Amino acid sequence: MLKFTEEHEWLKIEGGVATVGITTHAAEQLGDLVFVELPEVGATFSKGGDASTVESVKAASDVYCPLDGEIVEVNEAIVADPSLVNSDPQGAGWFFKLKLANPADADALMDEAAYKELVG
Amino acid sequence: MDGSSELKKTPLHALNLSLGGRMVPFAGYEMPVQYAAGVMKEHLHTRAAAGLFDVSHMGQVTVRARSGDNADAARALETLVPVDVLGLGEGRQRYALFTNNDGGILDDLMIANRGDHFYVVVNAACKDADFAHMQAAIGDVCELTLHDDRALVALQGPHAESVLAELWADVSSMRFMDVRACDLHDADCIVSRSGYTGEDGFEISIPADLAEAVCRRLLDHPDVLPIGLGARDSLRLEAGLCLYGNDIDTTTTPVEGALEWAIQKVRRTGGDRTGGFPGAEIILDQLENGAERRRVGLKAEGRAPIRGGAVLATDAEGEDVVGTVTSGGFGPNVDGPVAMGYVTKSAATPGTQLYAGVRGKFLPITVATLPFVKNTFKR
Repeated sequence: MLKFTEEHEWLKIEGGVATVGITTHAAEQLGDLVFVELPEVGATFSKGGDASTVESVKAASDVYCPLDGEIVEVNEAIVADPSLVNSDPQGAGWFFKLKLANPADADALMDEAAYKELVG
Repeated sequence: MDGSSELKKTPLHALNLSLGGRMVPFAGYEMPVQYAAGVMKEHLHTRAAAGLFDVSHMGQVTVRARSGDNADAARALETLVPVDVLGLGEGRQRYALFTNNDGGILDDLMIANRGDHFYVVVNAACKDADFAHMQAAIGDVCELTLHDDRALVALQGPHAESVLAELWADVSSMRFMDVRACDLHDADCIVSRSGYTGEDGFEISIPADLAEAVCRRLLDHPDVLPIGLGARDSLRLEAGLCLYGNDIDTTTTPVEGALEWAIQKVRRTGGDRTGGFPGAEIILDQLENGAERRRVGLKAEGRAPIRGGAVLATDAEGEDVVGTVTSGGFGPNVDGPVAMGYVTKSAATPGTQLYAGVRGKFLPITVATLPFVKNTFKR
C-alpha cells in the first residue's frame, strides 16, 4: 500500500511497517542534498514529530514522522551519499522504516492519485 | 515585499524563465535561485569552466563632477569611503565601503575610474538608500545617475576569458580590476575583470534592450551555463567574500569585518589624506589597535552544514559563548561545510577549536583562514 502526506512524504506499508521517504516532488523542490540526519533505531515519534533533517546547499528542512510509531531501521546509505535522495527519492533514497502504532491510521493518508492532484 | 506582483524584473527576466530559472524574491526582484542544472552542478561548473550570472538587480551609478574635473568627483567619493579614490588610475576599479558615523558599514561597492566620471556598482537591497546617501552628501558637487536602463551580468570561471574573447579579442589584455568600454555584439558595454566568486572573470554592463542578445551569444558557447543566486552564494562563501546584510552591516566596522585590505595607506593615520570619511575616528583607532571581535572563516569537522545564526562557544556544552556564525552552508569544491562568523579577539586565531550550536547540539568547528578555495585572479 503506497500512501502520501501533505508534507510530501511517501509511505510504503507492508505488515504494519512503513518504509518512509520524501517524494520526487519534494526532492526536486529541495535541490541537491548534501547532508541527512536520521533518527535512532528504537526512537518513537508522534505524527508530525521531527524525525529527520535534510540539508541542501542552501537550506535545512525537517522531515516529519508521518504517523505514530517506532523506528525499526534507517537507511545509512543516504547519510553516506545524500545525493541518493535526489537520484532515487522513491526507491534507494528511502529514509527509515516505522513500525506503526496504529496501522489503521494510514487509511486517512492520501493515495497516489490524490497526492498527484495536490502537487499538480 | 510579499506579493510577487510588487517584485521588479531585470532586463533578463524572460531569458531567465526560458532557461528554466526557478524564480524567487530577492532584494525586491524576482531572481533565479537556480536553473535546470541545480545549485551543486552550477557551482562546480563555474569553477571548472564558466558560469553566467544575471546581477542586473544591483545598482549601477555614474558619478560625474559638475566642474568637469574628475578629481573633484574622486575627492567627493572619498568623503564617503575609507578608500583611495583619487589615486585610482583611469580604467581601474577597486572595492570600497560606505561607512556611517559609528564606523559601521552602509554597503560595500565597486568604484571604477572611467576617465571623465566614476562608475559605481552597489548592492540591490541598498541601492535606493545608497543613491539617496550619495545625493545628499555629494549631489552638490557631482551629478549622479542610477542606470536602471542597463543590465549587469557576471561571466566567471577559468574559461571566462576564452569565451568572452570570441566576442571581443582585446579582453585578453585586461588584468584583474581593469575596466574598459567595448562593443559586444553591437552593444555598448562596460567590461571589468572582476567578480564575486573567487574565480577569474568579468562583469559586463549592457544596455537593457540588448542584454538578452548578448547573453544568448555567451550562452551559445558550450562551456557556459547560466548560474543562479544559490550557487552565487556558495561560490562567494568558499571564496571568503562577505554578503552585505549577513557578514557585514551597519553594526560591523571594516576592521571587525577583516576588510582592512580595502583601506589604503593614504587614508590611514599618517597618510596624506588621513580620515575624512564617516566614522574615521573609530575606524582609524581600530586599524592601529585592533577591534574586540573579528570576522573569521570556520570549518566544521562533520558533514552537517553550520548556518548563519548558529552560536559559537569555546566548550562543547555551549556555555562560554564567543561569537555567532553570519553565513554558512555546504562548499561543493571544499566538499564539506564552510562558514564565516564573528568571534572575540581571543578566539580569532586560525586553528582555534570552537563549537557551533546546531539543533540543540554543539558540533566541533575550527577557525580557518579565508578563502576556503584559492582565488585565480589574473593580476
